[in-house]
Amino acid sequence: MQFIPLLVILPLGAAFFISLAGKNKNKLCDIFSVIITFFLFALSLFFVFTTHNYTGALVYKVGGWGMPGGITLVLDGLSIFMLTIVNFIAFMVNIFSVNYMNRFSAKDKFYALFMLMVGGMNGVVITGDIFNLFVFYEIASIASYALVAFGTEKEELEASLKYTIIGVVGSLCILLAIAFLYAYTSTLNMANIASAIAQNGINSVIAFVSVLFIAGFGIKSAIVPFHAWLPDAHPAAPAPISAMLSGIFIKSLGIYTLCRIFYNVFGMNSGISQLFMFLGALSIIVGGLLALGQNDIKRLLGYSSVSQVGYIILGLGIGSPLAITGALLHLFNHSAFKSLLFLNSGAIEYATGTRDLEKLGGLRTKMPTTSATSLAASMSISGIPPFAGFFSKLLIIAACIKSGYVGYGILAIVGAILTISYILKFQKYTFFGQLKEINKNIREVPIFMKSSMIALSIICIFGAVLMMPKIADYFLKPAQESLTRGMKYSDLVTQALYEK
Amino acid sequence: MSTYFLCLILFCVGLYAILRKRNIIKMIIGIVICEYAINLFLILFGYKMNGRSPLYSPDQQILDMVDPLPQAMAMTAIVISLATTALLVGIAIRIYEKYGTFDITKINKLKG
Repeated sequence: MQFIPLLVILPLGAAFFISLAGKNKNKLCDIFSVIITFFLFALSLFFVFTTHNYTGALVYKVGGWGMPGGITLVLDGLSIFMLTIVNFIAFMVNIFSVNYMNRFSAKDKFYALFMLMVGGMNGVVITGDIFNLFVFYEIASIASYALVAFGTEKEELEASLKYTIIGVVGSLCILLAIAFLYAYTSTLNMANIASAIAQNGINSVIAFVSVLFIAGFGIKSAIVPFHAWLPDAHPAAPAPISAMLSGIFIKSLGIYTLCRIFYNVFGMNSGISQLFMFLGALSIIVGGLLALGQNDIKRLLGYSSVSQVGYIILGLGIGSPLAITGALLHLFNHSAFKSLLFLNSGAIEYATGTRDLEKLGGLRTKMPTTSATSLAASMSISGIPPFAGFFSKLLIIAACIKSGYVGYGILAIVGAILTISYILKFQKYTFFGQLKEINKNIREVPIFMKSSMIALSIICIFGAVLMMPKIADYFLKPAQESLTRGMKYSDLVTQALYEK
Repeated sequence: MSTYFLCLILFCVGLYAILRKRNIIKMIIGIVICEYAINLFLILFGYKMNGRSPLYSPDQQILDMVDPLPQAMAMTAIVISLATTALLVGIAIRIYEKYGTFDITKINKLKG
């Protein structure tokens, strides 16, 4: 319990230390940041194993101040689920960037911003105070705006400008929504807001605030009408950052916050549920169709992220326990295979110097590890049976049909076919076919890049183990329960606070 | 009530600048105007006519004080907006070095 603040303090402290002492000391920065991210990962695993049979929530009072005035940090099933994903992917990406970031100068600045981003994401996931959520959201967002522009070439700067302006408008929406919510309920604590709304019911203020939250968090989670920044920002960022952005950033800042607010604070109603399902299905189809036409690997994968996030939103919109399990499992799987695919694209760029599908081909013989790991990720994303991605898509489609939304189920199946086609395009043009003359002398990437890719590919292959009855009790089931619990979240937090 | 409408108009002025202006610097100014409008809104709903400042003293009974929490929120929001504005201006300077212009219709290397 007293370890909860470490999840935020450690990365923020590391960012401060690296920017202070890390100049021109690349080795020191590498070792220090890998140790920190490993420790964060171990800490989140510790929470997974210590809290699995505990139905309540863990609450930490910052500075010893109690519920109405002070800030609380809340750990429940969903928070622990997200924390583990965030810190695992951050650890893997950190190992990858030890070798990869040697292409850029100012490695210390990269690590400082990276740590800020991890700290912000952890903060968003564990906080129980809505304004504190906004502050951590901004910490992570500003670090990501700077990281997208890290290459400081023409494309990077343009993408970063576009992303920053769209992102700032989104954060303004959220700040305005928080202002309205405070004026209406006169508290900032999410549990207290939930109980105030439960007493007063849904009215026009809450409807307006809901729209502002969907616009603000929808921009970060890149649902279709708000997705314009994503296909520019992902290719422009360095490969590890693309993996972070697509793997966990859009989930912890977009989907997690949407879930938390609409399930636990406002309570899910049929209007929001219909809207989520519509936006999810729209994202699946539009993202898939746009991905088919791309020739840049990272841009293709970026549109693919839009499409896969659509599945998660669709599952959350249906809202039955089966659909929520499917959505959360897909969230986990997507973070593993999409990070891996982005790391693969980074490895390809590292070896050949290009991301253009038409200039690649036949890399299978030259880069066996990259090829094999990307095959595992591709199988998983396109839903080939023994791989993890199959089960999560199956659960979502089955939940669609079981709840009577056959039309959305058919759209999800069409989306899966689109996924297979663009992934086949990526595989065929990159790893199969004739090796181009200019690529005759390329070599496989260094050891650290390989090891993180292999670790992620193991998750892609065996990710479905999470659904097994005994194992699900540790990880997936508490997360699903904390969403289906709905408005009881506020009782849970209040109870946990007064137990001590 | 009219102050809230003026606040909304200020927000819309900023939004107009973000959406319609072609110069990056004018867009950044639009963002800053939007942020000011929201900060003003935060302060406005915590304000009380003839209220006193929320200072605690043991020998006085506190009546009619303005709500201090929106003021703290506005302070935090100002700090955050300073960071975003600084970053945006930094990016704008780098863009001017690379492209030689602030016109967003001429900065169009990304398509599709």
